[in-house]
Amino acid sequence: MTPASSAPGLEVIAMGKRFGPLSALAEISLKIAPGSVHALLGENGAGKSTLVKCIIGFYHADEGAVLLDGREIAVRNPREAQARGIGMVYQHFTLVPSMTVLENLVMGGSRSLGRIDWPAQRAALEGFLATMPFRVPLDRPVASLAAGEKQKAEILKQLWLRTRFLILDEPTSVLTPQEADEMLRLLRAMVAERRLTVLIITHKFREVFAFADEVSVLRRGRLAGSGRTADLDADALARMMVGDAEQRPASERVAKVAAEPLLRLDRVCATDDRGRPALRDLSLDVRPGEIVGIAGVSGNGQATLVEVLAGQRRHGGTIAVHRQPYHATRAEMLRHRLALLPEEPLRNACVGRMSVAENIAFRSFDRRPICGGVRVRYSVLRREAEGLIARYRVRGAGPDAPIASLSGGNVQRAVLARELSGETDVLIVANPVFGLDFSAVADIHAQILAARNRGTAVLLISEDLDELLELADRILVMSGGRIVHEAAREEADRMVIGRHMAGHA
Amino acid sequence: MGAGAALGWWGVPLAVFAGAVRVSTPFLFVSLGEVVTEKSGRINLGLEGTLVMGAMAGYAVSYLSGSAWLGVLAAGLVGAALGALHAGICSLPRVNDIAVGIALMLFGTGLAFYLGKPFIAPKAPQLPSLPLGAWSSLPQIRAALSVNALFFVGLAAAPLLAWVFANTGLGLMIRMVGDSADGARAMGYNLNRVRLGATAFGGFMAGVGGSFLSLYYPGSWNEGLSSGQGITAVALVIFARWNPITCLWASLLFGGAGALGPALQSVGITSGYYLFNAAPYILTLLIMVATCTPERTLAGAPGELSITK
Repeated sequence: MTPASSAPGLEVIAMGKRFGPLSALAEISLKIAPGSVHALLGENGAGKSTLVKCIIGFYHADEGAVLLDGREIAVRNPREAQARGIGMVYQHFTLVPSMTVLENLVMGGSRSLGRIDWPAQRAALEGFLATMPFRVPLDRPVASLAAGEKQKAEILKQLWLRTRFLILDEPTSVLTPQEADEMLRLLRAMVAERRLTVLIITHKFREVFAFADEVSVLRRGRLAGSGRTADLDADALARMMVGDAEQRPASERVAKVAAEPLLRLDRVCATDDRGRPALRDLSLDVRPGEIVGIAGVSGNGQATLVEVLAGQRRHGGTIAVHRQPYHATRAEMLRHRLALLPEEPLRNACVGRMSVAENIAFRSFDRRPICGGVRVRYSVLRREAEGLIARYRVRGAGPDAPIASLSGGNVQRAVLARELSGETDVLIVANPVFGLDFSAVADIHAQILAARNRGTAVLLISEDLDELLELADRILVMSGGRIVHEAAREEADRMVIGRHMAGHA
Repeated sequence: MGAGAALGWWGVPLAVFAGAVRVSTPFLFVSLGEVVTEKSGRINLGLEGTLVMGAMAGYAVSYLSGSAWLGVLAAGLVGAALGALHAGICSLPRVNDIAVGIALMLFGTGLAFYLGKPFIAPKAPQLPSLPLGAWSSLPQIRAALSVNALFFVGLAAAPLLAWVFANTGLGLMIRMVGDSADGARAMGYNLNRVRLGATAFGGFMAGVGGSFLSLYYPGSWNEGLSSGQGITAVALVIFARWNPITCLWASLLFGGAGALGPALQSVGITSGYYLFNAAPYILTLLIMVATCTPERTLAGAPGELSITK
């Protein structure tokens, strides 16, 4: 291997980036040693993604410089970064779903518009794969690969493109714990052979300590600290991440009363957008005062399950609430006091251009006191919304601003305020804290626990196993549209659950 | 029609076959062009206007220059220009390709009627056809097998496009841009430039399809020339699931359905003539009802297309 192609070092000097009036990055300097794994830690919105996108040329920094192996480089776009051996695996995969892995890899490597010599390309790729620690099926369309395989394919693509400085943006968020460990071990081994230098964005302390040599922490666009992982502990990192902001204490867990199930799904079947079965004879019960958590790698039917419960998708089998059949009509939701917080609420549960107050009134605008006969009493609607905005600490430009102008966490709080405002008997929540910052997470978890303690039956669907282990009374594992494993809170084991998530029990 | 007597009822399938070949050509060209445009992630609804503009320009240039093939080329270039206009407008931020398409459909037809006024009366040189039925003594067979050269161009273009999509960097680039904008951007492709090329190509093909209308069948220029072939072809692409080969079969099917009315008339069935003429549209509706469902997304649809997103 030539010296130029071995693992490079990279340095960022006094980088700054503004979006309009907002300063996204200020005076960030870091040094990533050649042949090391460097972790970039921080809350959402701390500027991690912005920083790496400036390095890769997706954004252009307003100030500062990037040094590759001690020489200043100017990167105008990701392609120029690629030419210098800097590559990135994005959080949202960038392989083309309808094309095969082979087609994707070939397109990554060549700019020719002419005929593609498939046998020659295939032979070259097979030869390359033989030197790699992991493989992916070449002739399957990317859309049919599991998330872990897609991730591997993305990494293979980077290595095929001769990337020597690899940036990974939360690479393990879609993997089972086993897949994540395997992938990070493989990268670690390549770093040890000095084939790669890795910069990894993550929010999982476990991964930082297990795989990174050094760590830098960002907070509100500034460098909050950095150091060798061997010299730091979790407390020190947490303090760097959130500063000295006070944390709300987690709610007490009130012992639950055993009772009849409130929500009962019996052999529910449904198909996904492509007409393939997504739920296969799924049965589950949720009793009042308990949180049932559904774990699983994304794409195993969780989204379809939420759509069925929200009335967005036809299904077979029966769903009962309070022992009465439930068809997800507005009248039934009202009668059974069922509340639902789907994932990405701005898209799935809000009308972006309507005001925060109107969005909060979606469950109540056609009832007293807001509805007076035919007319909607805007003064009442607004007053009620203001009360909820204060109680649920929704921050933004006030009740009359369009809800789409709020940040992700505040949209989530606003929808949660709407759904939890009255008495609820059944609460269904999907990935409630996805992409939220620390304080919002603590807030929303406290609200969910409080609802449980009031006797609400909670179904919590989450891709974050830590969240489930923290909140759920029972954890069910969903794989291939079925419940494949059940564990009570006391006996839940991360590794056992991980194996079931991966589909090999 | 006296000739109908010689063949009797056999005249109907023969006429439907001949019609399928003849009427399908504009469908084929417009839909093949639109497949390329849609594969790149844009939908161009303005092709109806492009088609009419192509018909007018082709006829005018054929008349003025005396060469029908020069007319076809001119029609294609005018179409490509309209396609480029669509792509150019759509590359601006917050512009919807459907709305731009509808505007260009009205613009194209309006402009063609305005510029085409002087060409309604004169007779322009027509495209030649290949007399494949010369061996037969029956006039109907000779008529049915007299096939225009453009049809064979379209016939060859369908498998060629399928091959390009599967086996060339150009084809893979277009599919990539149409299926995953993020993926294409991460690979450093300029989305707007690729879509400009694809939409201009789609416009070129639609223009050529239009010239077939005015230079071969029906073979004259007037304002009622197109009966919605341009817009039907866009629907046909969806029906054909963005596959060029399926576009060929679908075009033949629509062409055949369109020939049903005249074919039945030729054997003396004149009642319900207009009803039979509506056959392609009824067929469109039936196929769409039968093959579409709200339960799932369309298989094979490019991921960046605004109608499937």
